[in-house]
Amino acid sequence: MRDYAATGAPPESLSVGNSSDVVMARQLVRTLAQRTGLSLVHQTKLVTAASELGRNMLIHGGGGIVRAATVDDAGRTGVYVEFEDRGPGIADIELALTDGWTSGDGMGLGLSGARRLVDEFGIESGPDGTTVRIVKWGR
Amino acid sequence: MPVATDSNTQRLVETLTARRDVFVGQWADTVGEALQGRLSAAELGRELGELYEAVLQGLASGGLSGRGEAFGEVRSLLIELSRNRARQGFTPTETARSVFALKEVLEPSLTGDAEGARVYLQLARLLDDLGLLTAEAYVRTREEIISSQAEQLLELSTPVVKLWDGVVGVPLVGTLDSARTQVVMEKLLQTLVDSDSTHAIIDITGVPTVDTQVAQHLLKTVLAARMMGAQCTISGIRPQIAQTIVALGIEFGDVPTIASLSDALRQAVKEVAQEADDDVRGLL
Repeated sequence: MRDYAATGAPPESLSVGNSSDVVMARQLVRTLAQRTGLSLVHQTKLVTAASELGRNMLIHGGGGIVRAATVDDAGRTGVYVEFEDRGPGIADIELALTDGWTSGDGMGLGLSGARRLVDEFGIESGPDGTTVRIVKWGR
Repeated sequence: MPVATDSNTQRLVETLTARRDVFVGQWADTVGEALQGRLSAAELGRELGELYEAVLQGLASGGLSGRGEAFGEVRSLLIELSRNRARQGFTPTETARSVFALKEVLEPSLTGDAEGARVYLQLARLLDDLGLLTAEAYVRTREEIISSQAEQLLELSTPVVKLWDGVVGVPLVGTLDSARTQVVMEKLLQTLVDSDSTHAIIDITGVPTVDTQVAQHLLKTVLAARMMGAQCTISGIRPQIAQTIVALGIEFGDVPTIASLSDALRQAVKEVAQEADDDVRGLL
């Protein structure tokens, strides 16, 4: 996916270190989605995806940073969110993106479900950490 | 920390004893000014008077170590003072100033000569230490208040209500984490037993985000209720939530879900009536 981090407005960021920070991150994304004028369904999908990815970051990456910004592209407006952690990384991304596969005791739908909830989804992972970037476009 | 010689402490104790009323009065005035009348002068005077006596006794019997045994009384008074201030909503600065103000009061009358200045500096070190102690106690009290509020909130936000004969409802508001799920589950199961109910309705109208964690917690709660023989329905599924759940790929299996609480209640009441009917027929 395109590198929206470099193009859009300066992002609002938030560090996630515990589960109440995940709630704060969700609120940050919701506020931005409302301001961008995303429809209620799109807002809900984006916020749910952010919730999944934020919690993944907390559980598997030991916390990290969430950055969110409004982005424009070819006349449409959307919300870009980035989740960056310094955890051990994901060994097999394909496997992690399989429905029902879980490394913990969750449902195994967080990562794969989040990908289905947004319009653009990018993931990079290595031994130094994992970065997930998502975009949800309005209309 | 250099140990105070007896003569130093003695002079300090003499000065503090001789001008007790003046110092306590000035101290109370200085602190009262900073607090802008939010604490009555009488109360402040009594509080600081006690503290002054305790400090004096500590100095007389055991030197200048604020964490030492001689200052036990001072410490317990200060901790009480900080707790009260924290509860009454004063800031940490205002609380610590109650101690530091004594330095301002004593400075002019002690620093007249070189020896006095040295004594003053030693006393200042003691008061700094006591000031830190109040700040610590203040923070501890605030933490206690916050954690007790969090617990209260947890209790408050998870009511289980009897909606009809044999039907209980759980209106959920906010986020559903593990701690709340536990509270909800316990309350629901207990209410099912206490009210002899066979139907439970969990309403998620007030839950803004239903992600996999929330769904998993909901399913566990439903499963537990079912193990006790109750029928469990999830109501309050709004259109955007339904679409999100489908896109996420969560399956609620055979757990009945319904859009509105009123429809869920109507359904449950009908089933309860049906069961009662069956029971009567069985007897005949």
